[in-house]
Amino acid sequence: MVRFPIGDDTEGLTRRGLLRGAAGLAATGLVGAGLVGAGPAGATATQADRGGTLMVTVPAEPPHLCSAFDSNMGPCLIGSKVLEGLIAFAPDLSPIPVLARSWDISDDGLTYTFALRENVLWHDGHPFTADDVVFSFREAWSVLHPFGRTAYANVVAAEAIGPHQVVFRLSAPAPYLMSYMNVFGAQVLPRHVYEGTDIRRNPANWAPVGTGPFRFVEWRHGSHVRLERNAAYWRAGLPYLDSIVFRFIPDPLARALALRSGQLHMAVSSAIAYPNLRLFDDPDRYTIDGGDGTFLFSQFLLHFNMRQPVLADRRVRLAMQAAIDRDRLLALAFAGHGKAADGPLPSTLAKFHVPATGGGYDPALSERLLDEAGLPRRVDGVRLRVALDFIDTVNIHIPEFLRQQLRQVGIRLDLRVGDLASYLRRIYTDETYDMALNTAHALPDPSLGLQRLYWSKSIVRGVPWSNGARYANPDLDRIMETAARDGDTARRWADIRQWQEIARRDLPILNLIEQQWVTVADNRVLRPSRQADGLFASYADVSLAAQATPA
Amino acid sequence: MTGAAAIALTRQGLYRLGYNLLTRILPIVAGVACFNLLIMHVMTGDAADVLAGNAGGATAQELARLRHEFGLDQPFAQRFLGYLWAVLHGDLGLSQTQGVPVAGLILARLPTTFLLMGVSLTFSLLLGVGLGVLGARHPGGWTDGLVSGLILTLYAMPSFWFGLMAIVLFSVKLGWLPSGGLDSLEQVPEGWAWAADRLKHLLLPGLTLANFHIAVYARLTRGILLDIEREDFVRTLRAKGASAGRILLFHMLPNAALPILTMVGLQMAALFGGSVVVESVFGLPGLGRLILDALLSRDMTLLTGILLVSSVMVTVINLLLDLLFFLIDPRVRSGAGMSPDRLGQEGE
Repeated sequence: MVRFPIGDDTEGLTRRGLLRGAAGLAATGLVGAGLVGAGPAGATATQADRGGTLMVTVPAEPPHLCSAFDSNMGPCLIGSKVLEGLIAFAPDLSPIPVLARSWDISDDGLTYTFALRENVLWHDGHPFTADDVVFSFREAWSVLHPFGRTAYANVVAAEAIGPHQVVFRLSAPAPYLMSYMNVFGAQVLPRHVYEGTDIRRNPANWAPVGTGPFRFVEWRHGSHVRLERNAAYWRAGLPYLDSIVFRFIPDPLARALALRSGQLHMAVSSAIAYPNLRLFDDPDRYTIDGGDGTFLFSQFLLHFNMRQPVLADRRVRLAMQAAIDRDRLLALAFAGHGKAADGPLPSTLAKFHVPATGGGYDPALSERLLDEAGLPRRVDGVRLRVALDFIDTVNIHIPEFLRQQLRQVGIRLDLRVGDLASYLRRIYTDETYDMALNTAHALPDPSLGLQRLYWSKSIVRGVPWSNGARYANPDLDRIMETAARDGDTARRWADIRQWQEIARRDLPILNLIEQQWVTVADNRVLRPSRQADGLFASYADVSLAAQATPA
Repeated sequence: MTGAAAIALTRQGLYRLGYNLLTRILPIVAGVACFNLLIMHVMTGDAADVLAGNAGGATAQELARLRHEFGLDQPFAQRFLGYLWAVLHGDLGLSQTQGVPVAGLILARLPTTFLLMGVSLTFSLLLGVGLGVLGARHPGGWTDGLVSGLILTLYAMPSFWFGLMAIVLFSVKLGWLPSGGLDSLEQVPEGWAWAADRLKHLLLPGLTLANFHIAVYARLTRGILLDIEREDFVRTLRAKGASAGRILLFHMLPNAALPILTMVGLQMAALFGGSVVVESVFGLPGLGRLILDALLSRDMTLLTGILLVSSVMVTVINLLLDLLFFLIDPRVRSGAGMSPDRLGQEGE
C-alpha cells in the first residue's frame, strides 16, 4: 500500500545515522504514514491500471517549463514531471528524498551535505552527478532565481565532493533553506545542456531534459504539451502512465466543460474557477482536493499604498479591515475553499502562526475609526473615495464584494481592472494606485516568502512583486534580517512572533483569505502518495484506473 | 471570345492585380506598423514588465537590460522606421517574449486558422444560402417566418455564448463531439481516421464562427431572390415552362453570386477577428490566440507581425475576388472603376 520511499529506501534507513533532527527522521520510513490520503487518491494502482494517457489542464499556458530561474507556479506545474529537485515535501512538510538520497546538517547550521542518488540518467543518457547540482546552484538558483537570490544569500559556496556528494557552505545559518530545496525552489538542471549558454534563453527551457519519470515529447504552442514515460527512471517499475498531456484552454468555463465531458481527467492549480466547482460535486465521479498547494501557503491579500496620505493613516487601514467580513468573502467568492486569514502568516503554518486577538468584522468600529481619522460622512454618505487595482484573472466577485462591504461604512471603491502588464506598471513603476489585490506565497518559512513584502530594502521602483505597499519600518527590518540568519530556534520563533505583531499593528497588508489550490480529478485518477507540494509532484506513481472507483 | 481576346483580358487582369497590390498593400504595411507602434506606445506596461512579472521578479538592472534589448528605450520615430525598414527586407523580427522569429510563430499557427476559416466559410455559405432560398420560397409563409426568426436569433447571439452552449449540448450532454482542441490527444489516430477526427474537432468551432454570417448570407440571399423573381427574364423562363428548381439553380442564384462573393470578401476580415474568441473557447492553436497572447504579453514585434500578415492576407483575398469579378462579370470590365462594393448595393 505505501509506496514511498521507493527503490533504495532501505539505504535511507541505513543512513539514519547521518540524519539529524525531526526533518531527518521524517525523511525515512516515518513519512509513509502521512503519505496515504483518503478516497481514490489513496488507492493504489494494480497491474491492470498500467499505461494510458493522463489528460490534465492548467490555468494558463506557461511561458517556458524551467523553474531554476523562475518563481512562478506555471512552469513548475508541467516541468516538475520532467525535472527534479533534491527533495520533496510530505503532507506534514517534512522533507522526502528525491535526487538527494540523504542529507546532513552540521550542528552550527553552516554546512549542508547531500548524498546524491547514483545511477540516475538524464533523459539524453548522460549520467547525473554532483556537478549538475553545483552548476544549477551557481549559475541559476543563487543568481537568476528571484526568490533564490534571497533564499541562498547565506550560501557562500557549493562544492562537489566526488561524483555523488554536494556540500553547501554558509556564512550564517539559514534555517529555512531545507524548505526550499524541492523542484520548485531548487530544480536541478543538466550542466552539459546549459553550460556556457544564456540559461534563460536556452532552448531546453522549452524542451526540457531532466531526470524525472516523464520525458518531454512535444509542445504545440496554444494547444498542449506531451510527455511520455521515461523507461530508464531511477524508481524501478515507475511511472505507471504511458504519457501525460497538458492541455491549454484559455476560457475557464470551457476548461470545466472539457473535464465534465470526459476529455480531461484532471484540472490542477484551481484551473476550475470556484463558481464552476459545483459542476463536480458528485463524489462518485469526481474528487475535489485543496491539499496540493499546502507547500505554497498562499494568501489572497490587499495591499495599501502607504505613500497615499489618506492610506498612510493607520486608522483608515484598520477601518478597512474591520469593514470586511472575510468569512462571507470566503463563502461567496471562494466557494468555501480555504480559510479567512487573520494575519501575515497563514494559520496552516502552525509552527509560526500566532492567532489574532482582534481584527475581526466590526462595522461599528470601522465607522468610529474613520470618524477619528477625520473622515466624516458627507451629504451623500461618502467619507472617502479610493481605487482598487486587480488583474483580470481575479474572480470579479471578490472586488465586487469588497466594494459592497466598504460602501456600508462610507468608503467608495472604484474598481480598476487591468491585464498583467498594466497592473504591474501601475503598482510597481508608476505607483499611481491606492490599493491592490494580489496573491502571495508565504512558503513554509516567512523568511522565504513574506520578508520581501514587508522589507524596506525590497522597495525597488519598477520591479514587479517587490514591496508593493512601499512599507518601511526599521524595527521590523531588523527583526526580519535577524530571523533570516538566526540558528537558535527559540530566539527565531520569538522574532517571528514579534514580526506578526508588528505587521498586524501597522497593517500595510490586509490578508483576506488563506488560499487553496484546488485540484479536480476524475475518480479514475489514482494518486497514492500525497505531498505538501503536490502541485509539483512528479506523478511517477499516478495511474489511471480502468474503471472509476467510488470515493 | 477569341484566343487573342482572352489573352488580352488576362493580361489586363494581371496589370489590374499588380497595380492594386502596389497601391494597397504598401500603405497597409506602413499603416499597420504605425498604428501598432502607436497603440503599444500608449498602452500601460511593456514586454519587460510582463517578462519580469511572469518570472516572479527581476532586478532593476535586468529590467533595464531587457528594455534596451527590445529597443524600448529608443525614440518612437527610430523604432517605427527601423521596423519598417526590416519589414521591407522581409524580416518580421524576433518575438520579444519568446526570442524566436515572428515569421515562424505565425506560420505555425496559420494552418489551424485557415482550416477553421474554411470550415466556417463553408458552413455560412451552405447554411446561409440554403436558409435564404427556403425563406424566399413562400415569402410571408410559415417557413419564411421560421427562417426569419432563426436569422434574428443567430444575428443577435454572441459567438462565445453560442460556442459554450454548443459544447454543453453536443459534448457534455450528448457526448457526440469533442469539447475543444484540434485533435484527439489521448489516443492519436492516423490516416483517414486522423482526418475524420480533425473534422469532428472543427465542426463546433466552425459553426460558432459562422453563426453570425449564416444570418447575413440568409438575409442577403432571400432579399436578392425576391428581387430577381420580379425580373422579366424569370417571367420569360417560367412562361417557357422551365422547372422552378432549374430557374433557381441556373438563373437566379448565379445572379446572386456577385453580392454574396462581395460579402465573402468582407467576411474574411471578420473571420480573422472572430477567431480570437472562438479559438479561446475551443482551445485551438490558431492565429487568434497568438494575437491575444501577444497583446497580453506586450510583445510588440509579434503583435505587429500578426496584424501585418493578416491584413495583407485579407487585402490579397479581396484583390483576388476583385480579379474574379473582373473576369466573370462584363459590367466590371466596361464600367471603369466599378467596385465590387457598389455591385453589392446594386443587387439589393
